[in-house]
Amino acid sequence: MKILVCISQAPDTTSRIAFTDGDKAFDASGVQYIVNPYDEWYALVRAIELKEKHGGSVTTLTVGEAVCDPIIRKALAIGADDAIRINVEPTDPMQVAQLIANEAQGQSYDLILCGKETIDHNGSVVPAMIAEMMDLPFVALATTLEIDDGLAKLTRESAGGEENVEVSLPLVASAAKGMAEQRIPNMRGIMSARSKPLNVVEASSETSTDVDKFTLPPEKGACKMIDADRPEELIRLLREEAKAI
Amino acid sequence: MSVLAIVSIKNGMPTKGGLEAASYAASHAEAQGISAIALVAGDINGDGGLGATGVSHVLQFSEAITDSSQWAKLAAAAAQEHSAIAIVASHDHFGRAIAPRVAVRLQAGLVAGVTELPTHGSVRKNVFSGKAMADVSVSTAVSVYTVTPNAFGIKNDSNEAEVQAFASEIGTARESVTGFDTASADGQVPLPEAELVVSAGRGLKGPENWGIVEDLAKALGATTACSRPVSDIGWRPHHEHVGQTGITIRPNLYVAAGISGAIQHLAGVNQSKTIVVINTDPEAPFFKAADYGIVGDAFEVLPKLTAAAKELMG
Repeated sequence: MKILVCISQAPDTTSRIAFTDGDKAFDASGVQYIVNPYDEWYALVRAIELKEKHGGSVTTLTVGEAVCDPIIRKALAIGADDAIRINVEPTDPMQVAQLIANEAQGQSYDLILCGKETIDHNGSVVPAMIAEMMDLPFVALATTLEIDDGLAKLTRESAGGEENVEVSLPLVASAAKGMAEQRIPNMRGIMSARSKPLNVVEASSETSTDVDKFTLPPEKGACKMIDADRPEELIRLLREEAKAI
Repeated sequence: MSVLAIVSIKNGMPTKGGLEAASYAASHAEAQGISAIALVAGDINGDGGLGATGVSHVLQFSEAITDSSQWAKLAAAAAQEHSAIAIVASHDHFGRAIAPRVAVRLQAGLVAGVTELPTHGSVRKNVFSGKAMADVSVSTAVSVYTVTPNAFGIKNDSNEAEVQAFASEIGTARESVTGFDTASADGQVPLPEAELVVSAGRGLKGPENWGIVEDLAKALGATTACSRPVSDIGWRPHHEHVGQTGITIRPNLYVAAGISGAIQHLAGVNQSKTIVVINTDPEAPFFKAADYGIVGDAFEVLPKLTAAAKELMG
């Protein structure tokens, strides 16, 4: 089994969100970057589990500049065998998907796994774009994934429940909660990650969308406290003031 | 020219996300002085209420489709035949699988998870898990939008749409659906589209205590949810986990009992219109993000709220 896992960096959840360059760009100063949690906890760990069970290899692919190298080393420490970084600043989902599809085309991956979305742009669209560009089947928001003799058996989120679906490999899938549990890299993994191959690829790309402006949401007003002995007052406020019920 | 909504059907009727996509398409088309069309696959009861959202026609493909590649071929063909300047889908399991494929087929720029109509060539979406908004412009002639659930209302006029058969070559399916499980409890609205949500965390002390959460949810007609630790230790199923790594929701009302409000949890719920927090600890960080708060024990407060809600809701 030859598996490709697409990983991207995202600001740590506790980061202060601020903007620069006339509110056109994210202010990265002082921001700690992490592996996007959906990519790491669900897609990467499941890929490693499948490799442990069926043999093969796990390669990670990242679109980004050298600033991404620490999170790529972390993915290698968790258990990926090697990594590719396409040396382009990602700005648009179509651009990122095209770069990934171009790189993966002709490499005979059996499985391309992505996290269901990134926690910064929350687009959730790159995996399906890769599938369309490579003319592969795609399963969105998969919560389980088993491979049985070239056949992928998945569970995915669906209207009001979960669907079981079977697809022949090769396949693109996006991973959601339930797919795997977080793995903490051990010392041996961290040491070996330093010498695993990280191949940097140059490429050119086009974009089809631009962020004109970022805005922070309005500050939340003060919380209205209600006496614990008078919860009926809360129900009244929810109907009359908040008009929520 | 037109705006095309691609709409998923469940039991002969559009899903809530489908109605939201159609409403968004109709409003966008109206602003441009053009018409909106909805595309469905499979059986539909009458116009499925899509006319009421403002679309003039419903294009109906004869068979139900689950394969995203087939759906995308169909949608791209309909978009081309009707000269669509924009294609709209819901930002849920359906739209996330199909809209990106349509964008690739049409070489159209895509903005995912929009919350408002486009104005002056730019459209607003949430970014950084609800901690900021971005105005995004599309530089291609055709745009694709997916609409955030519960962000854009469902229009309900008295119009009826004309249903027309629509056929196109869609190739063969490469996936087969072998089963379906209902994730949510009986009668509950699925979490991503729920307008009322009652959620609880470790403060409930054990899965055997969830009856008081379910009682309040039932009295309000709400869907139940939980925090990450609670789903990780198996007190509640994974699909109930709202937060950074679970499901992001945007209900009208989010009631959180016994949840301290870690930043990872807030990232999944901070777009809720009204937030109620019940916690024994007056210093719980969640109160800072709440509209209404009660400092008290969930075991005492929740049953009282249930009684009050029952009285009000009849």
